[in-house]
Amino acid sequence: MDFTFISGQLFTGLSVGSILLLAALGLALSFGLMRVINMAHGEFLMVGGYLTYLAAQWAGPTLGDAWLWAAFPLAFLGAALLGAVMEFTVIRRLYGRPLDTLLATFGISLILQQAARQLFGSTGVPVTAPAWLGGALQLGDVTLPFVRLFVIALALIVLGGMWWLLNRSRFGMHVRAVNQNREMAAALGVNTRSLDLLVFALGAGVAGVAGVGLALIAPVNPTVGAAYIVNAFLVVVVGGVGSVLGGAVAAVLLGFVTALAEGFTSVSLAQAILLVLIVAFLQWKPRGLIPTKSRALEEA
Amino acid sequence: MKLSTSTMAVIAVLIALAFAPLYLGAYPLTLLGRVLALSIAAVGVMVVWGRAGILSLGQGLFFGLGGYALAMHLKLVATPRGELPDFMLYNGVEALPWFWAPFASAPFALAMVLIFPAAAAGLVAWLMFRRRITGVYVSIITQALLLAFVTWLNGSQGLTSGTNGITDFQTFLGVNLRGPDVANGLYWVTLLFVALALGGTALLLRTPFGAILTAIRDNENRTRFLGFNPAAFKIAAFMLGGLLAGVSGALYTLHLGTISPAMIGTAFSIELVVWVALGGRASLIGAAAGLVLGQLAKDRISSAAPDAWLYVMGSLFVLVVLVMPQGVAGLIRNRRRAPAPAPVPQNPVTREVSDAV
Repeated sequence: MDFTFISGQLFTGLSVGSILLLAALGLALSFGLMRVINMAHGEFLMVGGYLTYLAAQWAGPTLGDAWLWAAFPLAFLGAALLGAVMEFTVIRRLYGRPLDTLLATFGISLILQQAARQLFGSTGVPVTAPAWLGGALQLGDVTLPFVRLFVIALALIVLGGMWWLLNRSRFGMHVRAVNQNREMAAALGVNTRSLDLLVFALGAGVAGVAGVGLALIAPVNPTVGAAYIVNAFLVVVVGGVGSVLGGAVAAVLLGFVTALAEGFTSVSLAQAILLVLIVAFLQWKPRGLIPTKSRALEEA
Repeated sequence: MKLSTSTMAVIAVLIALAFAPLYLGAYPLTLLGRVLALSIAAVGVMVVWGRAGILSLGQGLFFGLGGYALAMHLKLVATPRGELPDFMLYNGVEALPWFWAPFASAPFALAMVLIFPAAAAGLVAWLMFRRRITGVYVSIITQALLLAFVTWLNGSQGLTSGTNGITDFQTFLGVNLRGPDVANGLYWVTLLFVALALGGTALLLRTPFGAILTAIRDNENRTRFLGFNPAAFKIAAFMLGGLLAGVSGALYTLHLGTISPAMIGTAFSIELVVWVALGGRASLIGAAAGLVLGQLAKDRISSAAPDAWLYVMGSLFVLVVLVMPQGVAGLIRNRRRAPAPAPVPQNPVTREVSDAV
């Protein structure tokens, strides 16, 4: 195992971790704030991916390589709208019943996957990245493809934006207030109902943006969301529920470990080992890397 | 001993089912046998989830362990003495892996069908409940472990035949599995196991053990403060759930003549839970009946309109949770006893306590 190989694997791991992070950010929002287990979250990622494909089909001929900039708002708004509809019709009725949200959203994910299968076929649709993302940065012997650098930058920008939104904006203050004490926040005039809706839609939208990054790296197929969902949940659990920073660290670690383990053993064995390692890690820190401080006797 | 009406109804249904080979055609009988085999796993879900309040999304793991334990024996029996199973030859494996060898013995394999899943469930449960991991974390961890198992199976072509699964069985305990009379015998054996699982679990849940499981589900901390060790009871319940899933997996493997990673994955494990939810997770009969009827509907609809099935099932998941969280059995019970009791809270104090901080 030489240096070039390992740094190449680490870089791939970083870009995989970036997408995982974007997927987990939305989960952490809805899980941390509303205690909703959204098994359909991966499908927001899928929707973002398909919308990127459509953006390339529709806007590609007229806008040229600039279609990518049209894809971001399209994927964000499309996924956010879907999220809002879901919150309004189903999730809203299930607050305080986390395990039931898990089952209901799994049902929704089945419906969305089948819809995607009928609309786009069961094989993946390829998205051709714009020409300016085609090259690679050469650092000594290590090759860093621009597409993967772009995905990493995207994750950093979204992470920064999210941090600002949660810690510096009025909206974020309300979110944190509801997270700490829902009844008290409501009594002080925060409209918790519409906040739930907004937060859920925002999380869905971020997953949609992750879908753009995903589409640039690999073809989009109906089960792409299902492939990410368990890992995304593990990121949330390992990072500590409700902790954006913990999630970021966990996502990058997960990406690194997968990529490195894949270098040394087979892909499937690496994944199996990783999952077992995570369970072992939770023995040591059952509340994640960065646990939220609470004196509660139990957490849902 | 005086039997309640519902117990007598169940016994009547079981007797009616015992005569099914007389009035059912070959295909419906095979289908019914398979579905009944699965219902044993549903009984396990009822114990673990309905009674102990632990939602495991990884029952496929234990189901698979039972299924593979039997499949390894059947494969070795079907392979000429001194040779390797065909898939190992294709994958260039030169000697029988050490963990395959003992499965040549039927008593060992049959014991493993019971011990393997129960021990694995015990280990998983010990790791989780010792550290007081609860609620959705348990669901996510069990799903991750199942995914690890399935991923490993898929990747280990030479050891487990990978995605193709283990297949081509010939005989079991000297009986030719392809013989004409096997169908009825296998059906009756399955029904016997269903009756044992239902009866045994029902009796067990009537003991103080069952009462403590209910107490843990409704308020784990209060149970702890009363001096019980919830972890020990939850581990026992989880092991029972794993054992039942393992037996179910072995019977299912016999019915289908094959076992593969696709049969035990995430979709299977969540489906299992939802059929139990549909039937009523707090009721043994509800859980078993929910699974049987759900699977029969699946067979009908997915053969008539393959594209529609996932829509139907997805909508069903949502509706069950929204409209009848206690399932059909809950609806029946509520109608019988007016006024309707409040639905079993999943964790009644959580909100008060955590919000009071």
